[in-house]
Amino acid sequence: MNRVDQCFADLKSANKKALIPYITGGDPKPDATVDLMHGLVESGADLIELGVPFSDPMADGPTIQLACERALAHNTSLRDVLGMVKTFREKDMKTPVVLMGYLNPIEVMGYELFASQAVAAGVDGVLIVDMPPEESTEFSNVISGHDLKMIYLMAPTTPDARATTICEHGSGYLYYVSVKGVTGSAALDVDDVKANLDRIRSKTDLPLGVGFGIKDGATAAAVAKISDAVIVGSALVKCIENNPDDVSTARTQLMAILSEMRSAMDAVA
Amino acid sequence: MSIDLKSVTQLPNTTGHFGPYGGRFVSETLMSALDDLTELYDRLSKDPSFQEEYDRDLAHYVGRPSPLYFAERLTDHVGGAKIYLKREDLNHTGAHKVNNTIGQALLAKYTGKPNVIAETGAGQHGVATATVAARLGLKCTVFMGATDIERQKLNVYRMRLLGAEVVSVSSGTATLKDAMNEAMRHWVTNVDDTFYIIGTAAGPHPYPKLVRDFQAIIGRETKRQSVVQEGRLPDAVVACVGGGSNAIGMFYPFIEDTAVAMYGVEAGGKGLDGDDHAAPLCKGKPGVLHGNRTYLMEDENGQIMGTHSVSAGLDYPGVGPEHAYLKDIGRVNYVAATDDEALEAFHLLTKLEGIMPALESSHAVAFGMKQAAKMDKDQILVVNLSGRGDKDIHTVAGLAGIDI
Repeated sequence: MNRVDQCFADLKSANKKALIPYITGGDPKPDATVDLMHGLVESGADLIELGVPFSDPMADGPTIQLACERALAHNTSLRDVLGMVKTFREKDMKTPVVLMGYLNPIEVMGYELFASQAVAAGVDGVLIVDMPPEESTEFSNVISGHDLKMIYLMAPTTPDARATTICEHGSGYLYYVSVKGVTGSAALDVDDVKANLDRIRSKTDLPLGVGFGIKDGATAAAVAKISDAVIVGSALVKCIENNPDDVSTARTQLMAILSEMRSAMDAVA
Repeated sequence: MSIDLKSVTQLPNTTGHFGPYGGRFVSETLMSALDDLTELYDRLSKDPSFQEEYDRDLAHYVGRPSPLYFAERLTDHVGGAKIYLKREDLNHTGAHKVNNTIGQALLAKYTGKPNVIAETGAGQHGVATATVAARLGLKCTVFMGATDIERQKLNVYRMRLLGAEVVSVSSGTATLKDAMNEAMRHWVTNVDDTFYIIGTAAGPHPYPKLVRDFQAIIGRETKRQSVVQEGRLPDAVVACVGGGSNAIGMFYPFIEDTAVAMYGVEAGGKGLDGDDHAAPLCKGKPGVLHGNRTYLMEDENGQIMGTHSVSAGLDYPGVGPEHAYLKDIGRVNYVAATDDEALEAFHLLTKLEGIMPALESSHAVAFGMKQAAKMDKDQILVVNLSGRGDKDIHTVAGLAGIDI
């Protein structure tokens, strides 16, 4: 069983919700990432979304833009990020890793080569921010021959008909973008998110994750109550932004935030 | 040519593709806004009253048709084909950009959204957007790279006088591509009440199509004027290509006229041998950026490269997807002119004809002269003079070491 499916099955039987942290591969420097990933797992991560840095992250707010710039200052490439996952797998064969990023680095590598190298490195799924289902036919055909999940975004602006299409194309889990905006946006409205999740849940059995606007234990717990997974990115990446030359402090701060979220989520489960 | 050119003019297909190019590569939040815009435009483009309103604005507000001017002294200087200039520089606001902003602002009016946003490089599209926003009473925000704000001060002040807010973008390379990223981010956050007026023939479907349709007035007029003034179509048309809006406007109506050779001139910067240029069609590879698949300047890892051009409006690593397709099928020849060649053409046209071209358009003038020199004296070559050069006098003076 793919690690993503296994993860959600295990959580379901334990009556827990998934905590999914995001960090950008290569931020603040390439040799820091694997250790940060282990730190995320230690503080309660169930699955890791690992960002592939891109020069033009047009769906991201300033925090993740800067993370990309720090990673790219060290020329962190998609190949490098795959190497990080491979190293991570030397010590952790259980935690699923989903690569998150933009299409162009994958286009340049080639879909087939990317898919086979990703599986070989121990990647479990892919979320390509700027590739909606309409543009993913060829990519989906290629990765259907590999054990990789295709995670798609849903948004408050997604009409019902599109939501149905996305549910049909997606696998692993669905990522519900809680607010109209970029990553690191303003606080989410829990009631509004719940109404949208209810609408989506009538169409699919896939686990529903919620991201954007989750900043602390309280928001994480509120979202955990109504969803299957809590996704947090900018709040963690901010710890690196504040300590770019001190990875160990960044790691401590980032683990503290994640631990607080874990406890808050488990308290309401 | 084996390809059916009639079918080429019917592109993009319903999903917004020109062959393998174009499409809609954006985050999910924007997809339904793009669907709505596609539907609105499909409906209005068939609505005679919308067309009448657009035509009326072009005639009485923009001042169309723009002249097709025989540049006799330039022709004599070159000693080849007769060189005509399509005078888009004489449009209100000083460039071709307004043809499109008039059209898109009308669309915005029909959506009822009170805010418009735009990205701009040289500032011409920003000025054209701020202008139509002022006229329609829409709130206007323009995103502009910090580097471009510095080199296009005059246009920045014009936009502010027109009531627009100019947002300085310092991320990435702080030029046009970064302004477009920031405009997309703003749009995603304010999609309910904001209409994004994209200035170039790139971006997610339906933008490349609607920008082309609104700019195609350039080529349609050129055909008609050439027939009236010379009794036939030109032998060659030339336009500069950054994102490619003025060029696609000139080229599109000529696609089926195979006797008309077409040349798109990219920014050769300091030369195509190095990386200091902005010529994705000449030197780039296909990839995905800003919502469409097209030729890009990218490195071996798929990161978008910084570009260089003396002209802010051509300083862009991508290009409209229809140009990518027209390149692949061989209907248009894409070439480059360097910074130095463009500057020389700027000075020459100013001195010989009393017409000061924008540095962007100067690239087309530079290549047009080269090409005309190879042609017979009874042949006709049209250069699309996409904008006027007043905005560039600080840059030109600066390069000459003059502080004004």
